Amino acid sequence: MRHSLVRSRRLGSVLDMVGQTPLLRLERIGRSAPSVELYAKLEFANPGGSVKDRAARQMILDAMADGRIRDGATLIDSTSGNTGVAYSLFGAALGLPVQLVMPSNVSKPRKDIARAFGTEIIFSDPLEGSDGAIRLVREIVAKDPDRYFYPDQYSNPSNPLAHYLGTGPEILDAVGDRITHFVTGLGTTGTMMGTTRRLREQARPIRCIAVEPADALHGLEGLKHLASSLVPAIYDASLPHETHRVTTEDGWDMADRLAREEGLLVGHSSGAHVFAALRVAEELHRTQGGGCVVTIVCDRGDRYFAPMKWEKRYTW
Amino acid sequence: MNVTVRIPTPLRTLTAGQDEVAATAGTVGAVIEELEKSYPGLRDRLLDEKGVRRFVNIYVGEEDIRFLDGLKTELKSGDAITIVPAIAGGAA
Repeated sequence: MRHSLVRSRRLGSVLDMVGQTPLLRLERIGRSAPSVELYAKLEFANPGGSVKDRAARQMILDAMADGRIRDGATLIDSTSGNTGVAYSLFGAALGLPVQLVMPSNVSKPRKDIARAFGTEIIFSDPLEGSDGAIRLVREIVAKDPDRYFYPDQYSNPSNPLAHYLGTGPEILDAVGDRITHFVTGLGTTGTMMGTTRRLREQARPIRCIAVEPADALHGLEGLKHLASSLVPAIYDASLPHETHRVTTEDGWDMADRLAREEGLLVGHSSGAHVFAALRVAEELHRTQGGGCVVTIVCDRGDRYFAPMKWEKRYTW
Repeated sequence: MNVTVRIPTPLRTLTAGQDEVAATAGTVGAVIEELEKSYPGLRDRLLDEKGVRRFVNIYVGEEDIRFLDGLKTELKSGDAITIVPAIAGGAA
């Protein structure tokens, strides 16, 4: 198929809409590094609106293939949002009931989107963050293990595999051997692990840089400060060549810049990714006079618009 | 005057693991200064030069102090202050 027609392809299921996301050059944001190509892979183009569609689809399909999803089973997992949306729409399309455990301070639109697909939501303590949600889902599953399919995105090898098979090859297909650096954040770490594993198979070295919040208390939804968190089982510390730390304010401000300068309304973690990628590009411009930096835009910013108190009737 | 402050998990490294600490000051801002003496580093996690950091929510009872008097919000004995990050984190 001609590349220009990839997004107009005819498909048989919402699951087939995942992947083949566009890679966009950030011309205006990248002005401070004019000799370097700066690209963002736009994962909001997935059907559930985020990068998490890839992992959710792979985890469900792999479990169906090897019999881990029994007839009548319910999918249950902890998620602060995007993975839950992905489970919800694929569950709906496959006739698989879904229950999600999330901290109650997750933004209301996230809860409402998942509910729109018929998903049931169970709340955990907001002060315990995502680790509290993980602990609660483990308790629920332990009480009745036969009833549930628990994908456990933090431990499931299908999560990074989705990126090894999808994100990595798609990036190489789009920019070829020009890519010199790949930058993305750590949450479940699936995007970083799988994509990096694929990129490191290339003969020519591609430097892979992980992004983490600078502090344990942060506002970069979706990212994990690993030193103060439960470290995901799928995380392999030897894969990233280095880790960059970004403050919440820098991530939020870059998300605002992307909206105003590139017409891209993205979530805060994507702001942090682009902030780190631009810093890498600027350094390359100064020291090498060229390069090609690719990062990930995980989702769109409107997913984080929370209605104010007087807008409680606001519907999504 | 006795108030309690609930500490979220990411800040408990500063409070020796305590999930709740006690204070005696009369406003939210003064309570943060009071806690800074016992738990150095806490203030900078919560405040910047403009006030409460944008992603930090501080509640007195059920009310966000942004809808009260901010850091000048007055406290009465028995009030419970809760610190909640704007998000939950954990799934990229």
